[in-house]
Amino acid sequence: MSGDAPHVVIVGAGQAGLQAAETLRSAGFDGRVTLIGDEPHPPYQRPPLSKAWLTGGIDGGQLTLRDPGALARKDITLRTGARVVALDSAARQLHLSDGTRLGYTGLVLATGATPRTLPGSIAANGAVRVLRSRDDASAIAQSLQRCRDDGLPLVVIGGGFIGLEVAASARKLGIDVTILEAAPRLLERALPAELSAWYANLHRTRGADLVLGARIARIDGAADGRATVHLADGRTLHAGLVVAGIGVTPNDALARAAGIACDNGIIVDDCGRTSAPNITAAGDCTVRRLPDGGTVRLESVQNAIEQGRAAAHALLGEARPFAATPWFWSDQYDIKLQIAGLSRGADNRAVRGDMTDTSFSIFHYRGTQLIAVDSINSARDHMLSRQLIAAGISPTHAQIADLAFNLASLRPKAM
Amino acid sequence: MVQITFVEPSGNQIDIDVSDGWSLMQAAIANGVDGIVAECGGSCVCATCHVYVDPDRAGELPQPGEEELELLEEVKAERRPTSRLSCQIKATPALAGLKVAIPECQT
Repeated sequence: MSGDAPHVVIVGAGQAGLQAAETLRSAGFDGRVTLIGDEPHPPYQRPPLSKAWLTGGIDGGQLTLRDPGALARKDITLRTGARVVALDSAARQLHLSDGTRLGYTGLVLATGATPRTLPGSIAANGAVRVLRSRDDASAIAQSLQRCRDDGLPLVVIGGGFIGLEVAASARKLGIDVTILEAAPRLLERALPAELSAWYANLHRTRGADLVLGARIARIDGAADGRATVHLADGRTLHAGLVVAGIGVTPNDALARAAGIACDNGIIVDDCGRTSAPNITAAGDCTVRRLPDGGTVRLESVQNAIEQGRAAAHALLGEARPFAATPWFWSDQYDIKLQIAGLSRGADNRAVRGDMTDTSFSIFHYRGTQLIAVDSINSARDHMLSRQLIAAGISPTHAQIADLAFNLASLRPKAM
Repeated sequence: MVQITFVEPSGNQIDIDVSDGWSLMQAAIANGVDGIVAECGGSCVCATCHVYVDPDRAGELPQPGEEELELLEEVKAERRPTSRLSCQIKATPALAGLKVAIPECQT
């Protein structure tokens, strides 16, 4: 196939796919680049969908990540509303839902993830909404307006980031909110117990009802979006809207059917390479194989950008491993949480600042090694922490606790 | 609409008509201006939309808030007196013709 004109196709027009397309161009690739998205919209930003987009703080244009015109200027062909149904890696062809086929010489899979839904035995079809796409969020925004106008409450299922951000947005609109979390605490996978408790207090203080250890027996839906949630303990909650944020499943079916190695996501190395030649992957659809044989799955804008970049370079034959300190953020009410690093495996920690306040950071260590930092309204601690973790520099617990100690003084001189 | 000139790291200049109320960052990314990363999409938590405002006109802008000042401490490229985060600069008619330059690196 070496006689084929170079043509890189990117499946998925989200943050990762867009980054891969633009990186090909900035790296000097002058063959064809086609960016395929199954949604009707050109690339847009997902983070505001659970925040400013729900409260009416921004207009549709402000969600835009790239105008089609900007992509055209970079000679990137954008095909929206196009769904890829099969990948024939032997023939280097994609099969689209409209029956057409598209050949490629290099392929980036940036297919994203799909929100998990409640089992059909619990929730009738349509009774519960999920939030992933712009259209999902627009429908939720419309329902929230109706909740506000009619004085109807919102029920959020799942005390993870998406659910809590939706809950905070609804409270900003003055809507009554109940958050149902099956685990004994909020944000169990992401945060230490004391920070989970801090967030529980935050949401209660701002007027949300919180049910931890919640067991849902059944949800009955009505045609207008109203629903009744029956808890196993006999309680009944009437809602104008029920939104579930209970995690996502990576979209790896296309890759799996083509024989590409997957394990709850398309397996990639630190350069975004899959098990198939000339096929790379990036973003929420991936799971990264670590040098020690373990895997890590990150769902974040930073991961999408960095992997999109690496995946493009890898197709051009350049190994550009993605090694930056992972970071993530969540805005709820006026509280900004920023997480640097991965706290998995931490065995001790130190707090900088006062946890009864609204600005502090928790530093997580494995032994004496700093591995992660959770910052609340402390952007400077967060930015410094990313540099310290990347450089392998670990402040002592005493230095963390001493607010007069300048953490920036530990920063490597070259940075 | 107010016209803003973005100077990309390469020196290339792009004039963009920015809607009132939009941040300069939003206009820059929608138009694919090189060098603005904007990882956080305008939450003022990442310092990857750093720009240098035209020194002659930097004083016309509303002063940076506390959060922006904290993040400006941590920008990757050289911090100058004219350094701002473009997500925190909202387009208003008073800014017509403003020129902002994008540094070599953001991350």
